[in-house]
Amino acid sequence: MPQPQLEFAEAELIKRVCDGMPEAFEELVRPYERLVYVTAISILKNQADAEEVAQEAVLKAFSKLSSFRAECKFSTWLIQITYNEARMKLRKDHRHLYESIDERQEGSEGDYWPRDFADWRPIPSELLEENETRQALQNAISSLSPTYREVVILRDVQNLSIKDAATILGVTEGTVKTRLHRARLLLRDALAPGIDGCWSTGQSYQKVRPW
Amino acid sequence: MATIEISCVEVWREVSNYLDADISPELRERMEAHFKGCAHCSAVLDGMRNVVGLVADGRLFQTPAGFNERLYNKIKPRQ
Repeated sequence: MPQPQLEFAEAELIKRVCDGMPEAFEELVRPYERLVYVTAISILKNQADAEEVAQEAVLKAFSKLSSFRAECKFSTWLIQITYNEARMKLRKDHRHLYESIDERQEGSEGDYWPRDFADWRPIPSELLEENETRQALQNAISSLSPTYREVVILRDVQNLSIKDAATILGVTEGTVKTRLHRARLLLRDALAPGIDGCWSTGQSYQKVRPW
Repeated sequence: MATIEISCVEVWREVSNYLDADISPELRERMEAHFKGCAHCSAVLDGMRNVVGLVADGRLFQTPAGFNERLYNKIKPRQ
């Protein structure tokens, strides 16, 4: 569905919910279930916590729906709520204290030089049917520091525009682009074939490509 | 008109914007000319394009089984 039509349909559903037809809410949220869950898991990295936060976020969106002002898209608003809920949970659990921070990644000043220049051996998308490939990619995303993980999830996993990602994160579009650039290079290096299919993770020498 | 050359470092800086088609036509032309002659930068571009494509694939992150059902069961009593 083209965007204006979608937004029109959503505005109708929102109006119905606010006018006392709460059953319309399910229809409104259904296309974004996965988006909400992925947003939550990108921050919490844990399936059970992500599900709990996804539920909380959707409930919150329901109870706050009358305050939605259509200054942004409904999906952007919903993801923003999910982000806030996920971050609040992290703070509550003090887990951020244990979040490993890779200094090299954090120093976003200056250039990041790619580490691996070998001919790229493509990873075919069909391999995503296999659990170990999905795991390898998810691990690569998890290994990014939160700043970089966020932009990859918003822009590349959820396919949001640079503008929408900037709105959600409360930063400029230029900042999103800079972070995205670094994040993509880091991901690429994390999944590079390395030497004989192995890549040093710092502590150990690990086979990154399972095939 | 001859294309003005561009260094590897400059190419790395712009490779993400290149993928997003968020650069000027002039820069695109210069980068394309560079990729033709530089295997290293091509490997960087190929890798990034491959990884970005995989990350965007809906199969990568799936919601846990029963997620939708549990979600709407949670909402129902509040409606």
